[in-house]
Amino acid sequence: MLLKLFITFFKIGAFTFGGGFAMIPIIQQEMVEKNNWIKDEDFLDIISVAQSAPGPIAVNASVYVGYKIKGLPGALVAAGGTVLPSFLTILLIAIFFSRFSENIIIQKIFLGIRPAVVALILSAIYGLLKSSRLNRGQLLLALTSFFIIVFLDLNPIYMIILGIAISIFYNKSKNSSNYKSTRTLDD
Amino acid sequence: MSKLIQLFISFFKIGAFSFGGGYAMLPLLEKELIEKHQWISSTDFIDIAAISEMTPGPIAVNSATFLGYKIAGVLGSIVATIAVILPSFIIISLIFKFISKFKSSPYIEWIFRGIRPVVLGLIGAAAVTVGKTSFVDIKAVIISILLFYLVSIRKLNAILGIILAGVMGIFLY
Repeated sequence: MLLKLFITFFKIGAFTFGGGFAMIPIIQQEMVEKNNWIKDEDFLDIISVAQSAPGPIAVNASVYVGYKIKGLPGALVAAGGTVLPSFLTILLIAIFFSRFSENIIIQKIFLGIRPAVVALILSAIYGLLKSSRLNRGQLLLALTSFFIIVFLDLNPIYMIILGIAISIFYNKSKNSSNYKSTRTLDD
Repeated sequence: MSKLIQLFISFFKIGAFSFGGGYAMLPLLEKELIEKHQWISSTDFIDIAAISEMTPGPIAVNSATFLGYKIAGVLGSIVATIAVILPSFIIISLIFKFISKFKSSPYIEWIFRGIRPVVLGLIGAAAVTVGKTSFVDIKAVIISILLFYLVSIRKLNAILGIILAGVMGIFLY
């Protein structure tokens, strides 16, 4: 089990380009669809934790998933697996091939991979939107955060704190009014 | 030895205070490594940032490995890599324990209900940021649409998708 976990995260680490978000569909395919290690509805929560905590999203997500599957040993193995491919690649480049980014073939490959990264990020949104079943208020919050980050360049952590505050305030007041009227409102 | 300890402290700080993924970490790296310690020049830094982006793996980890090697050899690269992921490891462990312990509290569910939509918004914003630098011409847009179709609709393995895109890059550019 630990070996399989290691191999899976090694694969994920080896094919994560352009930051952690492009990794989301890869993790989803490996963890949810292929191995059934996590449930579809838990997946967005794991990504949420990974995004809200400091540090690389890929590492955060792998530590969390590792814990969920096999406790502390799982977390260590998953983190090691995620980091090892990049560690080895970078070390080889730093030692032997520091002109790496000037190589014409590498540049061409990267011109192809870059738009693929955008596609993978969009696939992540597509998949998460389908599995998360957001209500109208949440969709509004999603769109608002999107526009605020894109146009105002606010640090994402403030948006996350704001989202938590809005949600607690809203659910708390809804709960207390439910309590009075003994009526249960569905989400 | 003292250099390794300083390296560890710098990268630990970088790991602990970079929110929102690797790109957010670059200014912090610049400040710690160039301005404060003068370990590398800013031209070196730009090269390293480019290589980190063009190689697989989290950008934060890639640049830590590379810079660690430049500053203190193989041992430096090991120290910097461990230091940059250690805060994540500690913080996520604490969060996991906290969530498992208070799972039944309604607050945990409410917190997630607030975070989920924001995170979707943030991922959307990341797509815009990456899109701005990636969509250099119409070929790039076509690669992107094709990949989205293959991965989202046809359920192609995302790793195969990346390999395919790299091959397309060789032939199209």
